[in-house]
Amino acid sequence: MSDTILKIDHLKKDFIIKDQTVEVLKDISLDVRRGEFISLIGSSGCGKSTILKLITNLEDPTSGEILIDGEPVKGPSEKVSMIFQESRLFPWLTAEENIEFTMSKKIPVNDRREIVKKHIELVGLNGFEKAVPSQLSGGMQQRVSIARALATNPEILLLDEPFGALDAFTRINMQEETLKIWEKEKTTMIMVTHDIDEAIYLSDRIVVLSAKPGVIKDIVNVTLPRPRDRSSLDFMNIRRKVMLALYDKESDRNIEYFI
Amino acid sequence: MIGYVKKKQKDTPLKKLINVGIALAVPICVLILWELIVKAGLVKATLLPPPTKLWKTFCSLVSSGKLQSGLLISFGRVVAGFLIGSLAGATVGFLMGLFGIVNKALSVFVNVLRPIPTIALIPLFIIVFGIGEKSNIAVIVVGSFWPMLLNTIGGIQNVDSKLLELAYVYRIKSTKTVFRIILPSAVTSMLTGLRLGLGTAWMSVVAAEMIGASSGIGYMIMFARELAQTANMYVEVLVIGLVGLAIDRILLLVQNKFSRKFKGIAG
Repeated sequence: MSDTILKIDHLKKDFIIKDQTVEVLKDISLDVRRGEFISLIGSSGCGKSTILKLITNLEDPTSGEILIDGEPVKGPSEKVSMIFQESRLFPWLTAEENIEFTMSKKIPVNDRREIVKKHIELVGLNGFEKAVPSQLSGGMQQRVSIARALATNPEILLLDEPFGALDAFTRINMQEETLKIWEKEKTTMIMVTHDIDEAIYLSDRIVVLSAKPGVIKDIVNVTLPRPRDRSSLDFMNIRRKVMLALYDKESDRNIEYFI
Repeated sequence: MIGYVKKKQKDTPLKKLINVGIALAVPICVLILWELIVKAGLVKATLLPPPTKLWKTFCSLVSSGKLQSGLLISFGRVVAGFLIGSLAGATVGFLMGLFGIVNKALSVFVNVLRPIPTIALIPLFIIVFGIGEKSNIAVIVVGSFWPMLLNTIGGIQNVDSKLLELAYVYRIKSTKTVFRIILPSAVTSMLTGLRLGLGTAWMSVVAAEMIGASSGIGYMIMFARELAQTANMYVEVLVIGLVGLAIDRILLLVQNKFSRKFKGIAG
């Protein structure tokens, strides 16, 4: 088994909006190593979510190719699970029913129950198994959707701005839990975010994208030991690096001010 | 003020009693006025019998059992026609909602046939099925078919596309997607279709019986007209209204219970 679990090879995606071709992604190439935590960061409209949609085959690429374990993506892969910005739970199902819903029927019922139970514990929702989504807070709903994604035992977990809709306290809390889960489960994670601190706190590599057309501007390696101190000097330095990569040269002075 | 109303604290028992009083005051006043006008001879009692006369007529219709047996016959027709009509509506609606090609193929039929009032079809059904049960039920079938069809299509087309994306990413099989995502999402809308369908079914049965039947509540009204039994006509017309109201309320309760579940409202 090779070290590269996901290979994005000269990926290009055009959208046609009102008869006009818009180049959303232009020549994206990226190799993701097994067990790596990658963040995709960029301003809105740079196509970072589109990359996830291409990996899950929700969209087809205009040209180029995505390989998972050397196999080209032709449909939704069973090795991939995804967490969306909204929890996307079924409102008529309880927390545990929601988690079980996406699990394979091939797994015997008793094993499924066991797995659901384990993942409810993993995301700290003991006692809320029978609650329906409307009885849960936004953070708890997102935990259920994380449990659901992990219960399918994916090799790659895609996270599309998973904590974007949560308040600051819950978000930091969830980042820490995600980190724990990542360290425990060794799942390869690819996260789209626009939160620089979040990206630095979690990632091994931060892929900075620019918009119109979407290209990879820079890849910032984060080698700080975990758990990372968000106010340490090293953290600040990486933040500055990402900031500089994100913004154009002309606005450098403004950026200095914000940093 | 019209529009935004501030939330009030719970009404006291006294306030509730007053509210009920207000709601009842107007109908009671109307009844009293009606009685007085007729008694005073301002309106002919043969055209507009006084409420006391209507009550007596109602009691005699009930005690002779005529009203109940008439309603029962009409109700039997409604149930039969409604079951066939709503089942057909749900089935065709599902096919049209799920498959674009079926929708395109049938849209001309739907658009041309739907605006036809059900009553306009009664003479046609009498020619085809003859006077009797078949033509009566056929009218109800059509009456309950349309609301169910349109609400089923609407419900299916309004399924949250984000849930369908999720199902795609997690490789959920088509049958599971249909029965465990699309169907539950459409339930609320389909229940509205059922409610509206039963309402039109009840209206259609009366119309059908007036033209092509020899039993049932609609026939009873026509029969009373022939014998110039004005009071009977009034009572029977009012009873139709009350039964219609009762049906709607019962279905509203059922609908609320189910839609709460499928909208995920606890309790």
